[in-house]
Amino acid sequence: MRTPLYESHLAVGGRMVDFSGWEMPVQYSGILDEHKTVRKAVGVFDISHMGEFFVGGPGSTAWLDSLLTNRVAALPSGAAQYSLMLDERGGVIDDLIVYRLGSDNFLLVVNASKIDEDTAWMNSRLVEGIEFENASADFAALAVQGPLARGVFVSLFGREMPEERNRILQVGGDFVVTTGYTGEAGFEWIMPADEAASAWRRALDAGAKPCGLGARDTLRLEMCYPLNGSDLSPEHTPLEAGLGVFVDFEKPDFVGKAALVAQKAAGVPSRLCALRVTEKAPPIRPHYPVWIEGEKVAETTSGALSPSLGDGIALAYLPARFSKPGQEIEIEVRGRRFRACVRKKPLYQKEP
Amino acid sequence: MNVPDNLRYAESHEWILVEGDTGTVGITDHAQAELTDIVFSEPPPIGKKLAAGGVAAVVESVKAASDIYSPVSGEVIARNEAVEADPALLNTDPFGTGWIFKIRLSDPGELDALKDPAAYRAQIGA
Repeated sequence: MRTPLYESHLAVGGRMVDFSGWEMPVQYSGILDEHKTVRKAVGVFDISHMGEFFVGGPGSTAWLDSLLTNRVAALPSGAAQYSLMLDERGGVIDDLIVYRLGSDNFLLVVNASKIDEDTAWMNSRLVEGIEFENASADFAALAVQGPLARGVFVSLFGREMPEERNRILQVGGDFVVTTGYTGEAGFEWIMPADEAASAWRRALDAGAKPCGLGARDTLRLEMCYPLNGSDLSPEHTPLEAGLGVFVDFEKPDFVGKAALVAQKAAGVPSRLCALRVTEKAPPIRPHYPVWIEGEKVAETTSGALSPSLGDGIALAYLPARFSKPGQEIEIEVRGRRFRACVRKKPLYQKEP
Repeated sequence: MNVPDNLRYAESHEWILVEGDTGTVGITDHAQAELTDIVFSEPPPIGKKLAAGGVAAVVESVKAASDIYSPVSGEVIARNEAVEADPALLNTDPFGTGWIFKIRLSDPGELDALKDPAAYRAQIGA
């Protein structure tokens, strides 16, 4: 599959790779350069492959609250919230952003790889009066990220970018929200698919540099933002993933709540830990074995060379007793083990 | 794409500069452009015996690890510690300071199996 920006990517030197069935740019000028651009200036990512669902009708707040971990009822109109959709065992189906457009009017932005699965799951739980529509094919989206994103916002929309995170601005048929996946200031801009090419051009003209999935991955990993399918899966609960803050146990019920309550009572068995190598080592990649006290205890779920830190970094589900920052571990690369350490999240912190 | 005339080339994108019974080996400009930002490299240890077409070294970009093959058989007599300390040399100067190792050829006849610059240019469409 291709986003409406496929030709635009090729025109500026995008190197295309497969991502969950989508032909997406992994890089243009280079991952290190694009990473630094977002940390120090401003970059623009095509995120049109992500899914857009609309939910409306009386009772839609309660319906979403029964399917998602975070409290939709507490979300004001014009704001967005990170949330998770779980199966009955408390495993993660998807992580997503809920946009509240009105009292009973919502937009959900979901992972590209999960559009079909999420749609089927939500359709199978549909109740009377709820309108649910998978409108993913009708929309494109850009993420504009970096300390200079404010300037791009002003030139695109002729007004100041909201200081607060998770604010929604509706501009015609577009939704512009101060969210992102990089740890930098910025916004995500969802628009009708046929506006994508001109929006992309306008973002570049306003000074944003094209950035690909390669930099998106290193940026989010430095922040320890999980990637569904790698760091999140039905095999692990949000409590194990360190996302308990996005789970509202006060809600009467939601799919997976009973399993989470039970896991909390029994003790969370493993924790998604941030790892950083402490000696010269090759870049860390997903599925590298993690050793503690001479035993293989886990595999990395994500891994990369951190362009900001200059060291290999990774995420891995470690047994809870080994999950405290400072825990010494080893990561195996091509049969050799390299010293590393559990670190506090996020791995990268912006200098004040 | 730069393809110097004084070198021989392997189909797997390594070059070799032959002086007497010694060869200096690196990766081509085309290879470094395909690999993109190289952030790790590990030349083979001195004394290691390599077979033609065998894995000699590993280089890694941000995105992927790639094996580097020896174009000829022989024994490693030098390794470029500069590319270990600064792997970006492989990107910036692949035919110069970005060399990876030197090898004493055990069978100079193997050079005939390598490509001349024209054949390598044809392979990469340069």
